[in-house]
Amino acid sequence: MTAVARILEHRALQYRRTFRASLFGSFLSPVMFLAAMGIGLGGYVDTTGNAAFGGLTYLQFLAPGLLAATVMQSAAFESTFPVMGGLHWTRTFHGMYATPMSPLQIALGNLAWIAIRMTMVATVFTFVVVLFGAASSPLVILAIPAAVLTAMAFAAPIAAFAATQRTVNKFNAIFRFGITPLFILSGTFFPIASLPAAIQPLAWLSPLWHGVSLTRGLALGTIGDAPLLALAHVGVLSVLALGGIWAAARTFEARLVRG
Amino acid sequence: MSDDTAVALDGAGLPLIHARGLTKRFGAFIAVDAVDFDVQKGESFGFLGPNGAGKTTAMRMIGGVSPVSEGTLRVLGLDPATHGPQIRARLGVVPQQDSLDTELTVRENLVIYGRYFGLPRDECKRRADELLEFVQLSERANDQVDPLSGGMKRRLTIARSLINEPDLMLLDEPTTGLDPQARHLLWDRLYRLKQKGTTLVLTTHYMDEAEQLCDRLVVMDKAKIVAEGSPRALIAQHSTKEVTELRFPVGIQETLDGKLDGLAERIEWLPDRVLLYANDGEAVSVAVHERGLRPETTMVRRSTLEDVFLRLTGRTLIE
Repeated sequence: MTAVARILEHRALQYRRTFRASLFGSFLSPVMFLAAMGIGLGGYVDTTGNAAFGGLTYLQFLAPGLLAATVMQSAAFESTFPVMGGLHWTRTFHGMYATPMSPLQIALGNLAWIAIRMTMVATVFTFVVVLFGAASSPLVILAIPAAVLTAMAFAAPIAAFAATQRTVNKFNAIFRFGITPLFILSGTFFPIASLPAAIQPLAWLSPLWHGVSLTRGLALGTIGDAPLLALAHVGVLSVLALGGIWAAARTFEARLVRG
Repeated sequence: MSDDTAVALDGAGLPLIHARGLTKRFGAFIAVDAVDFDVQKGESFGFLGPNGAGKTTAMRMIGGVSPVSEGTLRVLGLDPATHGPQIRARLGVVPQQDSLDTELTVRENLVIYGRYFGLPRDECKRRADELLEFVQLSERANDQVDPLSGGMKRRLTIARSLINEPDLMLLDEPTTGLDPQARHLLWDRLYRLKQKGTTLVLTTHYMDEAEQLCDRLVVMDKAKIVAEGSPRALIAQHSTKEVTELRFPVGIQETLDGKLDGLAERIEWLPDRVLLYANDGEAVSVAVHERGLRPETTMVRRSTLEDVFLRLTGRTLIE
């Protein structure tokens, strides 16, 4: 634990230089998205009738989903380039390994930092959701940990993969063929029910869909309607996060030992 | 600290590093092939050899970051396989490639590194200021790392490696890539550490570096140790006192077959020059001229470790 705390101290010291801009960005992004899409686009959507959204305004539907989708995107970024940096560019992870720190601790510490960063992003986002009046239940506060769990379901496996890479070439593929399609197709912008029936079951394969379902259920207070389903969402995300942590411990060790 | 750590550090006369049959394999490739060596406390010990000889791999095994494939290795009396973190806690490591944090200032790099060794923050700050003084970087304490010159970054890395007051310093090619002035400044700092009794283990492919800093060294070639001793003893054993270097105009060297025979104890033909090994170099150069040969340049110098390496391996250190 103290080993992880030391890495957090290090990462926090690095972050101190950029945190104002970073937090402002975390605030500005949901404000713009919710204003443009939730209110602007939502104005048109709502006039055509909102039966598809279960009687919700488009803003109410969109906001919690966008929370999960946004932290997924940030998490994917935080678990690719900084890992490449620590292992190959500045080699700071190798510097850590020359101290009593073990590869497992280095992997855990850096993933813990991503979790903290994602907590910041999710908290600011949730604050904006509430500010826009898009939350209809006090349970919205639990959308923060749900979003962080979603983030880690992506961050841990992606970090594990990033540690096996020598160049950033494949990171582009992760974003182009993974993150971006998931961002759009996981029920963030429109209900999965609007997709052709044949591909609807594929949504179960999208970790983001599980995350969106959770954050939306919490923000709208409908999570209790299907408690077992909610548990299944948590289960899927947890398996991905824990599996990713296990894999990251192994790939970090393999890379650090090789030098 | 565990009991066996205490025993290992108190045990007088035990070598700080003890290696027998030390081997490292990467698949079918053997990077270090059954090498034996000991490093005593207070000693300055070097691995001299060309790139790819296995020096860095040996250092990484000693540093407890690369598992031993075969053989015995004890560092500070401990087995790296089971006590890696305890060993690393007592080491100061200067890696071949810098691993400084470019997002932090010079001073922050030292402070945060000390924290990884579990030192209290105030102690880290106190030591950081002292070490910056030692490596002559106090004026750059609050600057970012990136704009520093290569030599400054190396000095900062040395300061960083000293933050835990290590029992043993491992320096992997500490001055490779630096200009001569920066190298001399670095050697001066390392020499001071040596004078203070710090145990230094370093790898280098610069024979002048090995001669300046090492009390004792092993010459490595193709994963094996091919010779061991003090720089002076190695030179005495494997070379003559002096060397006469002859450089001929282009095309002439190839026509000299046999014409230099008998002039020296040993003759080495390099692509661009001929080396004649004898104890009296001046006499050799006179004899060359008496034979009617007219080299473009003639230089008489003392034998160095470069000559030892050439003798032992048939190759030069830097190719």
